[in-house]
Amino acid sequence: MIDKIAPNIAHALAHVQDGATVLIGGFGTAGIPNELIDGLIHQGARDLTVVNNNAGNGDSGLAALLKTGRVKKIICSFPRQADSFVFDELYRSGQIELELVPQGNLTERLRAAGAGIGAFFTPTGFGTELAKNADGSPKETRRIDGKDYVLEYPIYGDLALIKAEVGDRWGNLTFRKAARNFGPVMAAAAKFTVATVHRIAELGELDPETIVTPGIYVSKVVKINHVATQAGGLKSA
Amino acid sequence: MYTKRSKTELAQRVAQDIFEGAYVNLGIGQPTLVANHIPTHIEVVLHSENGILGMGPAPESGAEDYDLINAGKQPVTLRAGGSFFHHADSFAMMRGGHLDICVLGAFQVSATGDLANWSTGELGSIPAVGGAMDLAIGAKQTWVMMDLLTKKGESKIVEHCTYPLTGIGCVKRIYSDLATLECTPHGLKLIDTVDGLTQGELEKLLGMPVMT
Repeated sequence: MIDKIAPNIAHALAHVQDGATVLIGGFGTAGIPNELIDGLIHQGARDLTVVNNNAGNGDSGLAALLKTGRVKKIICSFPRQADSFVFDELYRSGQIELELVPQGNLTERLRAAGAGIGAFFTPTGFGTELAKNADGSPKETRRIDGKDYVLEYPIYGDLALIKAEVGDRWGNLTFRKAARNFGPVMAAAAKFTVATVHRIAELGELDPETIVTPGIYVSKVVKINHVATQAGGLKSA
Repeated sequence: MYTKRSKTELAQRVAQDIFEGAYVNLGIGQPTLVANHIPTHIEVVLHSENGILGMGPAPESGAEDYDLINAGKQPVTLRAGGSFFHHADSFAMMRGGHLDICVLGAFQVSATGDLANWSTGELGSIPAVGGAMDLAIGAKQTWVMMDLLTKKGESKIVEHCTYPLTGIGCVKRIYSDLATLECTPHGLKLIDTVDGLTQGELEKLLGMPVMT
């Protein structure tokens, strides 16, 4: 019998290795797997590379993980925010490496990893500072049918932490509204994907036509509590 | 004598050119205001890069749903016919040329449509780009909405951008507080100016010629 339901987060994250690349879903207040990030802090893996759209806000979630000093590098599109003080300090003191990637290239590099694409030519970033490698050398470019493109490579994850809405024991997932964001793409891009859900459905209960992430991309599903707003979303994430 | 367009008037001016059936992404900041002025007799579908088509206005107080936010991370609503999708699909909509119009703010735009809107290149500042580069080069038409002059009175339309580029030759139109201009491979073309501002005066402010 296939049973991907984990009894708790510690169980789901028991085997995270030092040096892992961790893909963390979420955008703004939607879809951030804070419970799993807390679990990763508790689990203690270090020398991590983290991929997220941002670089943490306030003192909790990703910011708290950064504060432990266990993240050596972050790959993201928008680190600088009004309350990204934890990242800002680490970056300014040279304690964390930043790879800044345009948001669409970030998500397409993740998609490429999940889809087995070796590299791809994208128009985004051509002719800009972000068409350079970390050492300042230019990334490979090509003109195709009169249009200029930059060669970008996949971002493979060892682990993906994502927040979904409903899941079943095969790992099939549905999402809620804009909390979907990076979830499905990261689930496919990582070797091991852990998803939190607010409800566990019986196998066969989820409408096959509406399953967003099929269970093949998911390793563990953990149920967490839901703090609902009047409109049904999460109050804080 | 002439009067600058207010922020509201500028938003109205942009909204006036948005057409029935258009798929539109309004960037963070000033472009967001355009949504309030789209004529009610036409249907326009607003896209948000975090995976929403058919985005509606802000919810009433107390009805906020923090799973339903825009790219600026503010709570929004979904209109009938709206849909959700993941980030890779959302950016495929941009990069794939499916969006008709994208409206962005800018630090500088060159006469031929190069855009600089993500970084002032200031030493020691932490860079952040978000979806700016994808938006700039992806939509069928990229429009910029900005003040024509900096606070020091320098033109934000330049021969060559001195700030780090967001995209090359990607801006089609500039809607500003003083004039509306088209960027072409041969330079600026005049669409309109505010009442009382002559083409000669505009060219003087810009420091470059404008075609009619």
